[in-house]
Amino acid sequence: MNDSRALSPAIEISGLSKRYGTVEALKGVSFAIQRGEFFGLLGPNGAGKSTLINIVAGLVRQDQGRVAVLGYDTVKDWRRARRAIGVVPQELVFDPFFTVEQVLEIQAGYYGCGREVRPWIEQLIERLDLGGKRRASMRALSGGQKRRVMLAQALVHRPPVVILDEPTAGVDVELRRSLWRFMRELHDEGTTVVLTTHYLDEAQDLCSRIAIIDRGAVRVIESTEQLLARHPFRFLRLKLADGAQLPDALRPLVTGHKNGALELKLERDRHPIGAVFAALKSAGVDIEDVHTREPDLEDIFVELTAARVPAVQQG
Amino acid sequence: MDMQATPPIELRRFSDRIGFVTLTRKEVRRFMAVLGQTVTAPVITALLYLLVFAQAMAGRASAYPGVSYTEFLVPGLVMMAVIQNAFANSASSLIQSKVMGNLVFLMMAPLGPLEWFGAYVAAALLRAALVAAAMLAVVTPFVHLPVRAPLALFAMFLLAGGSLAVLGIIAGIVSQKFDHIAAFTNFFIMPLSFLSGVFYSVHSLPPLWFHASRFNPFFYMIDGFRYGFFGQSDVSILASLLWSAGFLVAVSAVCLWMLASGYKLRR
Ligand SMILES: Nc1ncnc2c1ncn2[C@@H]1O[C@H](COP(=O)(O)OP(=O)(O)OP(=O)(O)O)[C@@H](O)[C@H]1O
Ligand SMILES: [Mg+2]
Repeated sequence: MNDSRALSPAIEISGLSKRYGTVEALKGVSFAIQRGEFFGLLGPNGAGKSTLINIVAGLVRQDQGRVAVLGYDTVKDWRRARRAIGVVPQELVFDPFFTVEQVLEIQAGYYGCGREVRPWIEQLIERLDLGGKRRASMRALSGGQKRRVMLAQALVHRPPVVILDEPTAGVDVELRRSLWRFMRELHDEGTTVVLTTHYLDEAQDLCSRIAIIDRGAVRVIESTEQLLARHPFRFLRLKLADGAQLPDALRPLVTGHKNGALELKLERDRHPIGAVFAALKSAGVDIEDVHTREPDLEDIFVELTAARVPAVQQG
Repeated sequence: MDMQATPPIELRRFSDRIGFVTLTRKEVRRFMAVLGQTVTAPVITALLYLLVFAQAMAGRASAYPGVSYTEFLVPGLVMMAVIQNAFANSASSLIQSKVMGNLVFLMMAPLGPLEWFGAYVAAALLRAALVAAAMLAVVTPFVHLPVRAPLALFAMFLLAGGSLAVLGIIAGIVSQKFDHIAAFTNFFIMPLSFLSGVFYSVHSLPPLWFHASRFNPFFYMIDGFRYGFFGQSDVSILASLLWSAGFLVAVSAVCLWMLASGYKLRR
């Protein structure tokens, strides 16, 4: 009956601002997340990621702007909007009065779900490996177990859109891998997944599109591929023979030292690798070892969010 | 990027009712889980008051003909327990959830102001009723308590317990930590409930205090409740019912506005 709504994005954010006292947590943010995306929301500490998520979840009121989930306005049509999303908050919080099973049943009840979601809750308990803890009190769980219960709580009502605010923070390697698998499965089942994380390799592996926000504004929003191809540079690691010095012309390109090797950042068109070798040869510098590395998300992230220090780049 | 065809979100009939029932049951389970603190302890406290005052004032005539001082005392003490426990239930539940941080699970859910309001009030009323019933069950073998106006008695219980449950929600919303709730209790609820004619008839007070009492909403709650037992009271039962109903409406309006606007909760 509602064709426009059937095509509306999973989450549409327009002109969103939020101020805490003198801190501008969000400065007029606008972007959309399409249905079926696995979307990464990245940014340094204090960038405004959680503020954004909390506004989408209805936990925080925006000063300006609007958010729609599947076309439902989170303020005007809040009941439908909240039913459409499940949010895993960043902080580890729990209700110590109840057991794992009780917590999940209560959460389902809040969303108007009754007995019909029992099999789904059962599935969540199994898939998140909480079977042995179903009758344990929440206060008797480890941090990682509590985190998994929070994930299950966000999913009890089978929301088509799921937002996870740093689900893998402080989680061991094995659990992190199982969370990745779980998020991928959810996504494969048709859920729109929005993930924030400080592990950039995680975002690079999982997310098909990424927004980087910093100091309350979106710096870039692109597919992961575009983002990785965006910066036409690569890294060259050189180990020079004992006592050899890098020619002065190449010095400005050095970005780091590691295990006695130098790392040079080369712009593809301005510093072809051949030219670097030619410069080394004409200066008579002997090379012990070389290694090249393509930029990863972390390099691009640092590039986009670091306070600009002009000197280094002027090679 | 593939477009997923997600069916529209239907607001199922009665789903709000399920949400309301779930929240009410959760709130009831919460105080039931610590019954010793939430019901047994207040009953014992109130019974101690009764013992001490009944002994100390033994032989003193009460304000009403045919009603002994001990008999006079019981309804006031029961109502005082209703007042304090209805308040404590919503206030401490909310502040606990706030301090633990788990209130977000409720705040994210599609439950509206009326469902929150109704569930917290219902749970607080149940706790207050349990405390009142336990007190009455313990004292009836020893104290003669007629119930001359059962409807008025029940109405006064609902109005008073309801108002205090609502005040408890307001205190929970406004407070950021346990200390704030304690301040509310110690500087507002306790003094007003002690100065409301539990231990005396306001007619025995000096004129200034007599007039001051008439602006204390708790005075009408206690006086009207006493009327339910004895069919006699300091002011007319109609005045008590109207004052208490007016108070309930006023605090409910404030509370519902807070819940609907997200005051202090969704900042
Ligand atoms: N309740 C609040 N009161 C005051 N300031 C706040 C509040 N919540 C967030 N802020 C401020 O808003 C800014 C954005 O915070 P936010 O939590 O959204 O960052 P974030 O991107 O999630 O960071 P992190 O990666 O550390 O979780 C910060 O400067 C923070 O101090
Ligand atoms: Mg955050």
